[in-house]
Amino acid sequence: MKLTIDGKEVEAEEGKTILEAAKSAGITIPTLCYNEKLVPYGGCRFCTVEISKGGRTRLVVSCVYNVEDGLVVKTVTPKVIKIRKMLLELMLASAPVLSELAKQYGIEKPRFQSEVTQCILCGQCVRYCAEVKKANALTFVGRGVNRRVAFVDEVVNRGVCMDCRQCYGLCPTGKIPRETDGAYFEGIRISDVLAQRRAKKH
Amino acid sequence: MAKLRSPADLEKKREQILSQRDPNKPCVTICSGTGCHVLGSDKVAEAFVSEISKNGLTAKVDVRRTGCHGFCERGPVVVMFPEGTCYLGVKPTDIPDVVSQTLVDKQLVERLLYNDSAGKTIAHERDIPFYKFQSRLVFGNNTRIDPKSIDDYIALGGYSALAKALFKMSPEEVLGEVKKSNLRGRGGGGFPAGVKWETTRNAPGDIKYVIVNADEGDPGAFMDRSLLEGNPHSVLEGLIIGAYTIGSHEGFIYVRQEYPLAVENVSVALEQARKYGLLGKDILGSGFDFDVKIHRGAGAFVSGESSALMTAIEGKVGEPRPKYIRTAVSGVWERPSNLNNVETWATVPLIINKGADWFTSIGTKGSKGTKIFSLVGKVNNTGLVEVPMGMSLRDIIYKIGGGIRKDKKFKAVQTGGPSGGCLPESLLDLPVDYDELTKVGSMMGSGGMIVMDEDTCMVDVARYFLNFLADESCGKCVPCRAGIDQMVKILNRICEGKGQPGDIELLEEICEITRDASLCALGQTAPNPVLSTVQFFRDEYKAHIDEKRCPAGVCKALVSFYIDPAKCQACQICLKNCPVQAISGAKNIVHIIDQAKCTKCGTCYEVCPQRFSAVVKVSGKPVPASPPPGTEVMRKKGKQE
Repeated sequence: MKLTIDGKEVEAEEGKTILEAAKSAGITIPTLCYNEKLVPYGGCRFCTVEISKGGRTRLVVSCVYNVEDGLVVKTVTPKVIKIRKMLLELMLASAPVLSELAKQYGIEKPRFQSEVTQCILCGQCVRYCAEVKKANALTFVGRGVNRRVAFVDEVVNRGVCMDCRQCYGLCPTGKIPRETDGAYFEGIRISDVLAQRRAKKH
Repeated sequence: MAKLRSPADLEKKREQILSQRDPNKPCVTICSGTGCHVLGSDKVAEAFVSEISKNGLTAKVDVRRTGCHGFCERGPVVVMFPEGTCYLGVKPTDIPDVVSQTLVDKQLVERLLYNDSAGKTIAHERDIPFYKFQSRLVFGNNTRIDPKSIDDYIALGGYSALAKALFKMSPEEVLGEVKKSNLRGRGGGGFPAGVKWETTRNAPGDIKYVIVNADEGDPGAFMDRSLLEGNPHSVLEGLIIGAYTIGSHEGFIYVRQEYPLAVENVSVALEQARKYGLLGKDILGSGFDFDVKIHRGAGAFVSGESSALMTAIEGKVGEPRPKYIRTAVSGVWERPSNLNNVETWATVPLIINKGADWFTSIGTKGSKGTKIFSLVGKVNNTGLVEVPMGMSLRDIIYKIGGGIRKDKKFKAVQTGGPSGGCLPESLLDLPVDYDELTKVGSMMGSGGMIVMDEDTCMVDVARYFLNFLADESCGKCVPCRAGIDQMVKILNRICEGKGQPGDIELLEEICEITRDASLCALGQTAPNPVLSTVQFFRDEYKAHIDEKRCPAGVCKALVSFYIDPAKCQACQICLKNCPVQAISGAKNIVHIIDQAKCTKCGTCYEVCPQRFSAVVKVSGKPVPASPPPGTEVMRKKGKQE
């Protein structure tokens, strides 16, 4: 497949995404929820690019959209920048930890009312635990504005998390290592947890 | 019951059913749709059965519980055939009169007839304005059949379209007819059904699915519900024809668990169709196999989106997929899956029976046939209405809907459900079709139509719909989840009188990104309520922000109530009704509202007798100083006690 990304002719195998093709050509498209080990999620929409083919221009997320012959991709356009800027500003309201990245996009003073959770729901932790580790110790709970990431007690209590902790490094805001550690692992032995549960039942 | 093995068997069955039915035999039909059911139609039906038996008429009169008649405002609805006499708001206590006067003496019970604004009564359903201006092609049979009886459906010609498709038409011919009819999806997007069918038909793979989308979730919309409850076989017949055309042998009906009667009636319909050989192996002896499973949805609005619905069928959380491949090509378990809305499927048998040319003779250039709307809100006649595409909003609201309640002024109509737009009076003459509605920033959606009067605050309306969408967004993508959340926050502060200059522009900025960057149609259309109200009612936003005034007097934080000392007659009604004891006064002493205690519930405003109208609602200006406590009332002349 031959396509053009930011004016550069790029060749990519069928089935590859625009993001992968760009990467192989040395073009960086910024991402937040993307992880090459995981099934593309298309949640943060940060990798949105403009594509045109046959006279029609549209916006797509490059981590999901597959390459096509003759596709013309622009990874930086006024519209794309406008979108990324707004997405960052929106995410900043829940995760002020992104302020450094936001500054790069010229956002100094966010205009939105914040409700800090320090999580942007990129889902890398949840998906990694399910897709790679096949442990399913993490899950999404709630819907819409109430969506949160939560550990599944039953799985955690089985001890699967003790030796893994791979989600720590994946978390783009650092929420998991910062907040979860104390809550679940440090100083809590699984046997204690199970004993407590048994005691509660009786 | 032996299975029907051929079209001739079906015809024989139809003749047999008809031969046992005398078209002139009186038949009492009682609407048993959800609206009338809630109003007590069950008790009305029971009363009819016992009263008829008391009069020794059991053998001479049929009693039939039918699906929704649509005139929910005046339920329970009873229609007596063969005359078509229509009684509205019927109570069990009315039944002895109906039986003795109408069934026995052939007289009308005047008090139960429709009464028009001039006080004239109308006896027949077909002459009532609510019905007169409708074209009930898809919905009409609801009033004539018991949804739990396949024989009722067959008696009216049911399954003849299926027989025609299976035996007289090739799948290609059926597809050609549906494409030619330009039937567009009735569920939201208005995508041509024939084109979608063709995509699934041509997609590679042996296993393909056809699916009924009955995940109707718009506030105030109930047309799919009523159709599925009232005439499930029409939907099923359309689905089987679609399956035959596409080459599918397995189908799903995705129906909300919150629609128990729909689930029940569809289950019964599937069972009966299987017994009759209209579903299952070798349908009507044609060699074509097809069966259907019911999938009960857990009621998430987002699950009406095609990829989310299919994910839910797979047993996962109903969230849309980020893929750019159509579900028609890769849907349930990544197999080609054709999804159409309830109403779309129910329209198919009509097209097959009467032909695409007939269908395209109805409607506008780009939108053919009829559409069922759920006409609700501040309109006199609420209910389900089916009209040809292209009828103007004005005709729907005034001719069929009977105008605005209590002679208030029309303000806006919201079409297309929560993701639709609010259209002002200047667009009342807009012909209702897919393209016209989209052009003015709204949409057809599934056919919700909410009428609003002068007492509606448009900022509050936008806030209501965005609140709904904030709850119903799956939360997966940022522009939808966080974008809607911030829009709600901004709308909240505007309604609370804390709006800031620049808020309208900020809203517009978020709208643009949410529309352009969201993953699925829920997010992409979520800005519509905001954009359309900002476009058509910008002054109202400005009044809230700049003058801290709610022109409609709805936003609590921006209104105050006081009692006009010149009008107060010290009747103590408001004083007794105030839930927070914020009103002081006594007999002969002017009442005063303590502004610090007042919660602005508006009870005093509502209970103050109209002849006094002493309670005043103000917005955007301060309340005048109260008279000194103990001021005596000024009696109206001639009203001395």
